[in-house]
Amino acid sequence: MATITFITANGETIIAEGDSGSVMELAKAYQVEGIDGDCGGVCSCATCHVHVDPDFFDKTGGPSEIEQDMLELDDEVDEYSRLSCQIEVREELDGLILRVD
Amino acid sequence: MDISKLPDPFEKARTERGFGEMDDQNDPVTMILRLKDVRKCAHNWKSFTSEATPGRIVVPSEVNIRDTRQIPFELDPPEHTDYRAVVEPWFRRPKEEAYREKLDKQIDQIITEALGRESIEIVRDLALPLQSRALTLLLNVPLEEAETWISWGTHVFRSEDDPLDGAKANILYDYIDEQIDKAIAQPGDDLYSLLLAAEVNGKKLTREEIKGVLVLTFAGGRDTVINAVTNSIAYFAEHPQSLDKLRQEPEITGRAVEELMRYFAPLTHMGRVVTEDTQVCEHAIKANSRISLCWASANRDGSVFENPNEVILDRKINPHVTFGFSHHNCLGATHARQLLKTLYTTLAKKVNTIEILDHRDNLEQWGAFQRKVGFHALQVRFG
Repeated sequence: MATITFITANGETIIAEGDSGSVMELAKAYQVEGIDGDCGGVCSCATCHVHVDPDFFDKTGGPSEIEQDMLELDDEVDEYSRLSCQIEVREELDGLILRVD
Repeated sequence: MDISKLPDPFEKARTERGFGEMDDQNDPVTMILRLKDVRKCAHNWKSFTSEATPGRIVVPSEVNIRDTRQIPFELDPPEHTDYRAVVEPWFRRPKEEAYREKLDKQIDQIITEALGRESIEIVRDLALPLQSRALTLLLNVPLEEAETWISWGTHVFRSEDDPLDGAKANILYDYIDEQIDKAIAQPGDDLYSLLLAAEVNGKKLTREEIKGVLVLTFAGGRDTVINAVTNSIAYFAEHPQSLDKLRQEPEITGRAVEELMRYFAPLTHMGRVVTEDTQVCEHAIKANSRISLCWASANRDGSVFENPNEVILDRKINPHVTFGFSHHNCLGATHARQLLKTLYTTLAKKVNTIEILDHRDNLEQWGAFQRKVGFHALQVRFG
């Protein structure tokens, strides 16, 4: 089980718990505002963009090439950006903090 | 096994040069063919504008058949952002449970009826009614309105033998005018009334702007949805194992929708007008000329997609651009995705076999490229 914290654009904090699936799916299950996941997680829509807390970036790792190509055309991108559909929920991500635009 | 195949006519030009060229009513178009270039151009509204003469960014150009600017489609940021914000929540309603349940019911009824017939012509008697009835949910108007829309045929600007039918376009404009008048006289909880009450930057939308949103809603999701539905049925007819897979693994239905939409790309391309002399793929493009973002070609780009010409039903990474890309991505995509997901679920649940009895291909000609986009007619028997 991993506990993942989402901080939304209006400052709301949502603490979610999960042990499988993608971080996007977890966010949707907890109705995190700003995470739409329109394409269902196939890396096509970029509506699940999150900024990983820098302390945790080693654990999530960076984006794949295809994911990076999507992110580089997002106006809100920074060096800790990821598409949350491409991050698997797993034990070692326990404590992860993600910021949503 | 070949009837449902949509070959990729762009491969050679895409790999060798990255662009194609075509004329369109003496207003030529440079077609951008590679996925990365398509995305970059779609994102770069300063060099490639949507805010041109109304109808000019559509290929074939509609400048000679309409003056109404489609909104938010034919605007650039920052105006685009403000207008899009007004309609965005409304177009996300297909995610709501009550909406999904109504869609389930409509599609269940259509498939049940089709199963009861000896055979059925899909384009006219299944896809068009399905698209039209589902549109009543998107507009939140009575189901009976669908009968009027069905009577217009598959495209609101095009006849089968005339890609730009001005007389047909007028039918739609007159209809929309009437509906706006009705909503002014008696406001309800439909899209017309929402637009009449809406404000952008403290100002009410003009009647022309309201018409612009409605024309977009009617035109953008008509032949695209009809092609998506018809092509899906042809595909499942020739790939019964895929329908089996959806029965056994219903959790992949969303991915199947994305993959088939990548493969079908019901809208081949969309144009932009070039605002300054620039380059794409080391090819000079002049100011005030046009480019098109060729979604159909980008979706088969072998430098991004493995086995791009194969349908891999549960493809995991699928950065297709069927619904466009960046700020102008398809406003109706939530509705379209929900409609197709429901259709696939219903087919998997109720249909064992689909036999194609007859078909007539719908071929588009874009300069030297001939692309099959779907069917003019597809006669099948459901079992």
